[in-house]
Amino acid sequence: MYAFEFERPRTLDEAVAALADDDAQALAGGQTLIPTLRQRLAMPGKLVSLTAIDALRGLSASGGVLTIGAATTHAEVAQQTDYPALAKLAGGIGDPHVRNRGTIGGSIANNDPSACYPAGVLGSGATVVTNRREIAADDYFTGLFETALDEGEIITAVNFPIPDKAAYAKFDQPASRFALVGVFVSKGKDGVRVAVTGASEGGVFRWAEAEAALASDFSAGALEGLSVDPEGMIGDIHGGPDYRAHLIGVMTRRAVAAAG
Amino acid sequence: MTKVTMSVNGTERSGEVEGRTLLSAFLRDTLGLTGTHVGCDTGQCGACTVHVDGKSVKSCNMFALEADGASVTTIEGMANDDGSLGVIQQAFQDHHGLQCGFCTPGMVMAAAALLKENPKPSEAEVRAWLSGNLCRCTGYHNIVKAILAASGQDVSKEFAA
Repeated sequence: MYAFEFERPRTLDEAVAALADDDAQALAGGQTLIPTLRQRLAMPGKLVSLTAIDALRGLSASGGVLTIGAATTHAEVAQQTDYPALAKLAGGIGDPHVRNRGTIGGSIANNDPSACYPAGVLGSGATVVTNRREIAADDYFTGLFETALDEGEIITAVNFPIPDKAAYAKFDQPASRFALVGVFVSKGKDGVRVAVTGASEGGVFRWAEAEAALASDFSAGALEGLSVDPEGMIGDIHGGPDYRAHLIGVMTRRAVAAAG
Repeated sequence: MTKVTMSVNGTERSGEVEGRTLLSAFLRDTLGLTGTHVGCDTGQCGACTVHVDGKSVKSCNMFALEADGASVTTIEGMANDDGSLGVIQQAFQDHHGLQCGFCTPGMVMAAAALLKENPKPSEAEVRAWLSGNLCRCTGYHNIVKAILAASGQDVSKEFAA
């Protein structure tokens, strides 16, 4: 690992100031970034740890919205009961030790195309709150490891409108425990959402045809005959584009059945 | 170099570290607590599992400075005060939950975290919990058996090896 300065601010203002340097990099739970640093795939001049900032931690639910602080761990989200489908998603990430360190803010800032949280955030129609603005999930995920975040912008929380029905169905890649394909479905006051992770070379995306079919009939049967074009799907040693496209249909049906 | 201070197995310990010093390296190289093993150094194998403020973490996937002010428990803190093996350690010995022993410190720390959260886990719950700890010798059978036994459950029948 290359050497870097390390700062651990206690307030958001201190973190914003520390991240103003061009070669500064925010560090959340570190469960992706630290292995990346060890492989010398990144060379920040300064790491700014965000996990000692109390204002970024914790959960609260009111008015049908679950607010999760950006530095809240997967284990903490897995234990909340206000939004069970999201608890199940968080409880299936990585392994118990990873879930005690990894955070929701870190996951969606990284936007790994196979991560679970991007599906949960997009599939819920959540809002990403930063130190500068609020970003709708539909505008936030812009591509492979790409987000709408600007340099130095820090995610502070994510607001999830709690839907009437929701579920996440994940086909595990058993070695990494990332999603080979994961599908998050929800049915709330703003309609049906189907968000797919693990499959597309462009990262998480909404499956519009499935959403339209489910809007009039929220049942697995409503998805009969629908399929996803393998063009643009990820192909690797774990599965080809055809296989992933097929799994999207399977996992969407499972998610809808689980959502009830 | 920056000074870091944390409670390790109930004793306050300090040392000078770089920003990039991993918690596992601080424990092993600075404090000489070599019971915490570094297996893969990629965050996969779990041999380096320790507890930070009561939560199990992979110490090779956390910087020492992130544990500043924290309370850390390592495998060296798992024995009884008189030096005899703790309940989980003894169960691993009694039920042959190890062969080469390299993964064992991480397995014991993972098991302790599980039993604190879930004092009477099912076999399936134990196996799911161990998803972050790899063993290349045992096939896991006797590790699962040892953890169930450490939880006070009878493993004499359904777990006949």
